[in-house]
Amino acid sequence: MTLDIEIDDLHLRYGELTALDDVRLRLDGGKIHGLIGRNGAGKSSLLAILAAFRKPTSGTVRIGGQPVFENPEITHQVCLVRSTGDTVEDDDKVEEALRFAERLRPAWDAELAARLVDRFHIPLRHAIGKLSLGQRCALGVTIGLATRAPVTMFDESHLGMDAPSRYAFYDELLADFMAHPRTFVVSTHLIDEVSPLFEEVTILDRGRILVHEPLDTLLARGTAVTGPAAAVDRFVDGFDVLAEKRLGGTRSAMVYAAFDEGRRRWAAEAGLELGPLSLQDLFVHLTQPTEPAEPAGSTSAAEEDA
Amino acid sequence: MFDDHSPIYRQIAERIRTDVLNGVLVGDEQVMSTNQYAAFYRINPATAAKAFQQLVDEGILYKKRGIGMFVSPQAGAHLRERHRDRFFADVVAPMAAEARAVGIPLADVIAHLRQLDRDGGSETTGGTDDGRQPA
Repeated sequence: MTLDIEIDDLHLRYGELTALDDVRLRLDGGKIHGLIGRNGAGKSSLLAILAAFRKPTSGTVRIGGQPVFENPEITHQVCLVRSTGDTVEDDDKVEEALRFAERLRPAWDAELAARLVDRFHIPLRHAIGKLSLGQRCALGVTIGLATRAPVTMFDESHLGMDAPSRYAFYDELLADFMAHPRTFVVSTHLIDEVSPLFEEVTILDRGRILVHEPLDTLLARGTAVTGPAAAVDRFVDGFDVLAEKRLGGTRSAMVYAAFDEGRRRWAAEAGLELGPLSLQDLFVHLTQPTEPAEPAGSTSAAEEDA
Repeated sequence: MFDDHSPIYRQIAERIRTDVLNGVLVGDEQVMSTNQYAAFYRINPATAAKAFQQLVDEGILYKKRGIGMFVSPQAGAHLRERHRDRFFADVVAPMAAEARAVGIPLADVIAHLRQLDRDGGSETTGGTDDGRQPA
């Protein structure tokens, strides 16, 4: 049995600032969900509410049909791992943190924890405050996976890990998900690297849900149309053009639309090239405020500040 | 690992079709499980399942409940027929267009193809449904 997440009319305000604005979202149990958004979009606030770390200003959040806040029956089944591993004391040793998690978590898999500690080369006897960023993150994902919580959420948990460790994390996450199906929510800025793991994607933008769809459906919507400028103009007329680039007489338009067979044939006959957009490209263009048309020759459409 | 020009599930489906066409996978042979594909390509198992479903819909694979996915006995013949139907449109037409673009007379292309045929083009794997080569 897996646990669904249901969020209705959710608002979160910090004084004057609205962090979450009328969020309605249903995440099916037993799937890996991706949660993406720009810095300050509200991802961490949303996950903190789901984990009952934070009380919403208004609205309801249910996991497995039950309200989350101050409900130990549910919070025991939810695990949120944040990027900094901030739920433990810095002076504690790694092995103490693992023992603590084991006592707290009914489904704890000590064997998996030991294997991951080994795989990520986490020094058991070091104080957590003395760990490198990469080791801290590795400890976080180790605890997150070994907890086997029916709802497990990673909030940028792996951002500080190096590439080989991140790949090891993806492999372990997938393997453990397949062996023990449960609900995962993964928030990340490393979009193209992680997105193949997702079944569904939610894009949060300035506190609101911008998109919630199966990954394949969303990806099928993004198309880059490239060719002679006039032909591209005719082809994309009436469609939602997210961004464009020009290079001499060539134009490349990024369109938010899925094209059918007929349109694809039209494109081929007009000498236009249709290419996919990656989730990261789509995300950048969907969450970037529309900019004034660029002068011919500019090629800066796909850039974003980190 | 992927060409990035189509969704991953379509590329997985295409790879299985190619394996069937080349006789790497033969009729009634079991294919790897969704989970094995997911782990190998580091993708969500639902994505791998989508590739399998597409192939079931096309009659390339069939499902044995509780056991797994198998190659349909007629999959090879079916795919060869389909590829023959599309060969001139998908392969020959773009080749002719490319030859024209770079200034190679079609007569030269034809002569080259005749030469390939004389050099033993007929010896390449023809492939019957059970023409699997020993691993």
